[in-house]
Order: sequence, then C-alpha cells, then structure tokens
Amino acid sequence: MWRKSVRAPYYKHLIRNMIFTILGVSFIPVFLVSWTIYYAFANAYHEKINTHLVTLVDNHKRQIDSFLNARLADILFLSENFTFAQLRDSEFLQAKLLSLKNNYAGGFVDLGVVDADGNQVSYAGPFKLSRVRYADAPWFQTVMKNQVVVSDVFLGLRGFPHFIVAVKRFDGDRPWILRATIDFIAFNNLVENIRIGQTGFAAIVNKKGELQTKPRFQFNPAQGCFGRFIDCDQPITREIYSEERADENGEMTIYVSALLKNKEWLLVYQQKVSDALSDQRFAQRLSLIIFAMGGAGILLMAFLLSIRMVNRIATADQEKEMMNKQVIESGKLASLGELATGVAHEINNPVAIMVEEAGWIEDILTEKEFGGNPHMDELHRALKQINTQGKRCKEITTKLLSFARGSGSAIGMIQLNEIIEEVITLSSQRAKYANVEMRSQLNANLPEIKASETEMHQVLLNLVNNALYAMEKIGGSIEFKTFQRDETVVVEVADTGPGIPEAILGRIFDPFFTTKPVGQGTGLGLSICYGIIRKMDGDIQVKSTVGKGTTFIIIIPARNGLV
Amino acid sequence: MTIANIMLVDDEVPFVEAMTRRLTKRDVEIHAAYSGEEALQKLSKTNSIEVVILDIKMPGMDGIEALKQIKLRFPLVEVIMLTGHATVETGIEGMKQGAFDYLMKPCDINDLVAKVEQAARKKRQHEEKIIQARVKEITSRRT
Repeated sequence: MWRKSVRAPYYKHLIRNMIFTILGVSFIPVFLVSWTIYYAFANAYHEKINTHLVTLVDNHKRQIDSFLNARLADILFLSENFTFAQLRDSEFLQAKLLSLKNNYAGGFVDLGVVDADGNQVSYAGPFKLSRVRYADAPWFQTVMKNQVVVSDVFLGLRGFPHFIVAVKRFDGDRPWILRATIDFIAFNNLVENIRIGQTGFAAIVNKKGELQTKPRFQFNPAQGCFGRFIDCDQPITREIYSEERADENGEMTIYVSALLKNKEWLLVYQQKVSDALSDQRFAQRLSLIIFAMGGAGILLMAFLLSIRMVNRIATADQEKEMMNKQVIESGKLASLGELATGVAHEINNPVAIMVEEAGWIEDILTEKEFGGNPHMDELHRALKQINTQGKRCKEITTKLLSFARGSGSAIGMIQLNEIIEEVITLSSQRAKYANVEMRSQLNANLPEIKASETEMHQVLLNLVNNALYAMEKIGGSIEFKTFQRDETVVVEVADTGPGIPEAILGRIFDPFFTTKPVGQGTGLGLSICYGIIRKMDGDIQVKSTVGKGTTFIIIIPARNGLV
Repeated sequence: MTIANIMLVDDEVPFVEAMTRRLTKRDVEIHAAYSGEEALQKLSKTNSIEVVILDIKMPGMDGIEALKQIKLRFPLVEVIMLTGHATVETGIEGMKQGAFDYLMKPCDINDLVAKVEQAARKKRQHEEKIIQARVKEITSRRT
C-alpha cells in the first residue's frame, strides 16, 4: 500500500535499504558458519579418515604377517620335533597333515619332504605329487639358501594358486626340506575381507608386481608405483605409506600400502576418495543445502519484513498528515473565532449608534411642530424598520460571538440541540442561496453529552456544507433530527440531494478521498468528523440512495456525559 | 426635578452624543466622559451624580477596572454596565464587583431609562438611611 502514497520513491528507497541491511547482517554469520563446516571440518575429517585407513591397513598387515609366521611356525615345529627318517614315511606324514588340518585352520593343503637334490621323497595330500622334482623351483632354491621360505603365490604343478612354506633341516650334515602348501583361498579371504565402503579393497603384490591375491575390483598393479614398488619417485621406505592421487581413470584415489613378509610383499589398500569421504561429502552437501535454504528464508523474510515495516511507516505518516491537517483546521477555526469576536464588537458599536440616531429622530418627531404632517406614518415606519434591522444585526453578532466563544476545544457538557440550532443559523444564508430548506425535529428532553462545542460545530457544519455543495444546483432540504435511544444520543442529518453511489459509500470516510475536483476539496472533512466522533466513543454511519438523498447518523453514548 | 443625574462613560463619541440628546429629552440630566480616568475625575469634582452608565470595552482603563475604582471611591454611586461585547462572563464579573445591572448595545431607550430610574431610587434610599442614622445618633447624644 506504500505504493499509493505520494512519497512512493522515498519508500522504495527505504525498502531497498532495509532489505540490504537485513541481508548483509544475516548472511555474514550464516556464511561464516557454513564455510567453517565446509572447510574446517572437512579437513579435520579427511585427516581422520586417512589415519583410520592407515590403522586399518596396519592391523591387517599384522594379521597377515602373523598368519604367515604362524604357518611357518607350524612347519618349524614339525620339522624340529620329528626326524627326516620319521617324516619320510608317507603314512606318518599323512597323519601329521591330518592333525595340522584338524587343529589349525590354517589352510594346509599338503605336506612334502624333499631331499637336498630337490626330489620329493615323501608326500601327504590330495594331489599326485610323489616323486616330483623341485630342483628348479624358485622356492626350493630360496629355501636351500635361506633356511626358510614363504613363496609367492603361483599355480605350480597342480594348476591351483597356492604358496609354499618350507624349512630346511639337517639330518646329520645332509639337508632336507619340509614343505607345506597353503591354501590360497583361505589366504585370499584374509585379504579380501578388507573391504570398506563401496570401492575399498586390498591386494598383495610381490616385487615383480605379480598379484598374490585376487582383488575384488579391477586392479592393475603394473600401474603407478606398485608394479615395481621400490622404484617409485618416492621409494617406500616406511612400513606403512599412504597417498592420494588419480588412478588410471583419473579419479582421485587413496592408496595405503604396507610392507609384508620382510618387505617382499606389499599390501595395497585402495579406495576412491569420494567413497572414503562420502560422509564428509554428505555433510558438506548438507551444509550447502542449509545455507541455500537459510539464505532463501532470510531473503524472503527480508522482503516481507521490509515491506511490512514500510507499510506501517506509510500508515503512520499518513495518520500524522491527517493529524496535522486537523490541527491546522482547528487552528483556523480558533483564529476565525477571534476574528469573529473582534468583528462582532466592531459592528455592534456603529449599529448601536445608528439605532440611537434613528431613535433620536423619532424623539424629535414627537415635537409639536410635526403634528399633522402627512408623512408621519411613513417616517415612523421607516424609523421602526431601522430599529428592527439594528436588532437583527445584534442577533447575528450574538450568534457569531457565541460560536466564537466556543472555539476553544474545551470539553464541557453541551446540549446538542443548541449546537444544531447555531449551525442552522450560521448556514441559513448559504442555504437560502442554494435553495435548500433547513428543518429540525429536535427532542426536547435530549440529555447533555460531554464533548467539545467546537468539535461538534465542526462535525455538523461539515455535514451541512457537504450537503449544500451536493444540492446547490438542484435545491432540496436538510433535516436535523435528534432523539435518545437506549444509552445513546442520536443525531440524524438527512438531505434530499443526489445521494452517494454504493460503490464509493464505503470509502467516504477514508482520508484524502474526495469527489470534488482537484483543489476544491481536501478529502479530509469526513475523516476528521469520523475521528472526532470515534474519539468520543461514538459512531458515525451513512445511509444513501442515489436519486433520493443521504442520511448521516451520529451516535454518541450518553453515558460519557456521566464520566 | 430630573429623573436622575447620570454620567455616561464610553469612548465612542457619536454614541455618547446621540444618547445624551435622547436622554436629555426624557428628563435625565446627563454628564459625559470618554474614558475611565475622565469619569473618575469628574466624579471627584461633583457629588451630584447618582448613576454611572459604563461601557466595558474602552482603551486605557477598561470598564471593570473603572467599576472597581468607582465602588472604592464613590460607593453610593450606582453603576450600570453597557457593552457591545456580548459576553456573559463580563456581565457576571461586573455584577460581582457591585454593578447594579448590565445592558447590551444596542439597547432599547425605554429599558435604559427604566433601569436608570431604579438605580437612582436605590441610591436615594441609601442616602436617606444614612441621614436618618446620623440624625438618630445626634439626637441620642443629647440625652
């Protein structure tokens, strides 16, 4: 509604300022908080994830190492406690294998005893591997050199992936080997069990880059550093090492690697960064959503608040303007009152003199010289007329003075009937020129009300003036009626003018609403009347029929006279 | 004998002249003054004035003030307030200060004469009583 005001550009400016201020003040903290969550927390979380993965891999490394060591320990124990001769016996070996299988869920597939030349002299297990020669097998060569060996995974003679755990013993001064095959599947499961998130998996590679386990996802160990894991730019010197870089598809991946089995194997765990940080990404997205929603909310509120506030301001401004106008009107009335007083006095004196002189002429006419003068009657009549008109002047000035006297807004007990009669007198001349008859039907027992005389004058005069203005071309009548109804005093002012159309009937009391041409009406008269009556706890209503006339009904509680 | 010996006090000269003429024709002896101060002066010079007709709105000493002074210095003289300024308050004020009555301009000449007669009668009655009291006092002293 501020748009309808005269000062719309000023209000527009005000709204814009308010919106920007609210936005500025609100967005800054929201932005700071969101930013804090987004970056600061994100970084901390990321680091925690890294640490967690490293710990995880470390644990698994220990597990695997411990598995391998345990298997080796089993063989060592066996080879320590039984002689070459005992173990040469296939049945004996078979029994030992059985007990290994039963007591240690280690994945032992078979056992074998190999002599110093690489010939398997004894075998216990599911395959037909007696009398096999291992002289060329890398594991045989290694164990002959190093006493113990845990081999890489290979297919071997049996066609299944497996690896060998072997130990060299001496029978006298002749070396012999006790060899065990570890089931690849059990071993693989150990590693495969490392799965976190949706893309995390682990695998073991040897120094040549050959996979020792079957990884869950496509993993080409030849890529990147792991193929020849000691030949990287950053050689893996630490036990556990983690880094982030793009994989073969360009997606950022986190790699955590741990050295196993005396640095011969590398346990590699990898997971896409987006997967590892999925929770963090979720929180970030959430914070963005909150920021966006909060921002939208703030924006909306800024608009609504500003507009509502400016509307209030516009209303207050309008009321203030109305008040100002009313004060000015009152002031005008007051100075009018003073003027009236001065004028009345000024007029009374000359009029008095005229009347006295006329009286004097009449006195002279009583002298006997004038007896019998044919013009006597006419002279007397003329002099009487002067006297009458003089009295009329006096009446007018009296009424004027009584109106002026009441032009302080002092509240007192007033009799509405008197006020109405004064108003009728004051408007009688104008009414005559507009061809409007003024009538009244006043209840003689009307109770007094507590009100300001001036204000009541103002209200009634306003109604009369409006009616006269409406009827000046066509004439008509204005009738005043007063009566008491229950606890209220009712004044009805009815005219026979053109009436007020239904469409605008509801708006006539609105400030600045007028049907008069520009410059002629302020549109404030009726709204001031409304304000005055409302201030007295009264009500002013209007009924009108186009073509027939308008009636204003003023209702004032008589009880307010008792206050 | 004249109906009364009065003084008319008003700053409007034509008014005073017109009134003087008319009242003289009606057997009223009338002196004129055009201000409050002049009235007091004349009153102090002669003690034959019985009633004062006093206009309220005058420049210099206004009517109420003059009334107070007259009542102070010449208490037996009756005062009739005359005003073109029709305020009830000044009328009441005047009565409180001891005026005999008040009239509004323009006034009916016969009303005015009647009032003057009443005022004069009252004054004469007062004087009578004073004289009688004096006589009584003198005669009672003789005993």
